Amino acid sequence: MLTLQFIPYHELSGLDRSGKIQKILKSVKEDKIILIEGRLAAHEESELIRRTMEVIDKKFKGIEICSVDYQPKNTLLIDKIRKSIANIILNKTSGMTIIGPATVVKEIKKDPNKIELFTLEKRGKR
Amino acid sequence: MMKGIKSLLSFISTIFRTKKHIKLGIYGPPNAGKSSIANKICKDWLGEEMSSVSPVPHETREIIVKEKIHMKRKGKEITFNLVDTPGIATKIDYEDFLKFKMNAKEAKERAKEATKGVIESIKWLDDMDCVLVVLDSTQNPYNQVNITIIGNLAARDIPVLIVGNKIDLKKSDVKRIESAFPQYPVIGISAEKGTNVEQFYEEIFKLVR
Repeated sequence: MLTLQFIPYHELSGLDRSGKIQKILKSVKEDKIILIEGRLAAHEESELIRRTMEVIDKKFKGIEICSVDYQPKNTLLIDKIRKSIANIILNKTSGMTIIGPATVVKEIKKDPNKIELFTLEKRGKR
Repeated sequence: MMKGIKSLLSFISTIFRTKKHIKLGIYGPPNAGKSSIANKICKDWLGEEMSSVSPVPHETREIIVKEKIHMKRKGKEITFNLVDTPGIATKIDYEDFLKFKMNAKEAKERAKEATKGVIESIKWLDDMDCVLVVLDSTQNPYNQVNITIIGNLAARDIPVLIVGNKIDLKKSDVKRIESAFPQYPVIGISAEKGTNVEQFYEEIFKLVR
């Protein structure tokens, strides 16, 4: 059975980089697919990959990750600025991030307009 | 007196700055052709190859540095150290290597080394002066690894040239890479066939200044 866990932005925003990654990896290692409100910063994403590599073992093969931004391509500059200011005030990032264990999620395909998540049909022996 | 010391320190730091060669990193996901590009550059400008290449993913599992590559073009000259890095991936499963006629022990060892290679690549991001991000132009460019690499380089203000490799293949689509990363220069090449390599070197000259 697939478990999808939603993590609202405020649950991660109070944590430092290490705390965020620990929380994400804990859920993913429990075979949960997590949906995070907002995006991780670039340095957080690279740190997540680095930490993932450190914990790969017989059971845990890594992660699939995909993040998207809601901002449409033809957004006016003034709207972009307005949104950026609102995000700074609310200490928020726009978009969302999907992360799943590689033993459950085969692939997350993304193109500018859609995201498709494919799970593995047959689970290997654990 | 103080002014004299300051001038001396400034002079010494200038000497060291000029002696330090620019580090040109080659980053990207596994099997995009990073080592093929590193080899092409080294063969053309040093007369020797740099890295081994293979259809098996994660062939490069350690950072490889080739020092003092001199490129001359239209009366200009640049010198840089070329850094070939292991491919960055979010997952590594030793079972994937079994498909390439490896036994379980070899596959597990390769997987272990590959995870260390990814960690090293990420660590070295801070040391680069400019970077070639090599993507397989037959693959979907909206891969999160590509976005993470480019995002990290942007956050560090490191100049980037995106190289869409394998343009000799039917499925190649450099325009898709351009539309995925419109804020960066993109060049399509085939490191294997040597297609568009002159234009590629022109772009390296613009990048390494």
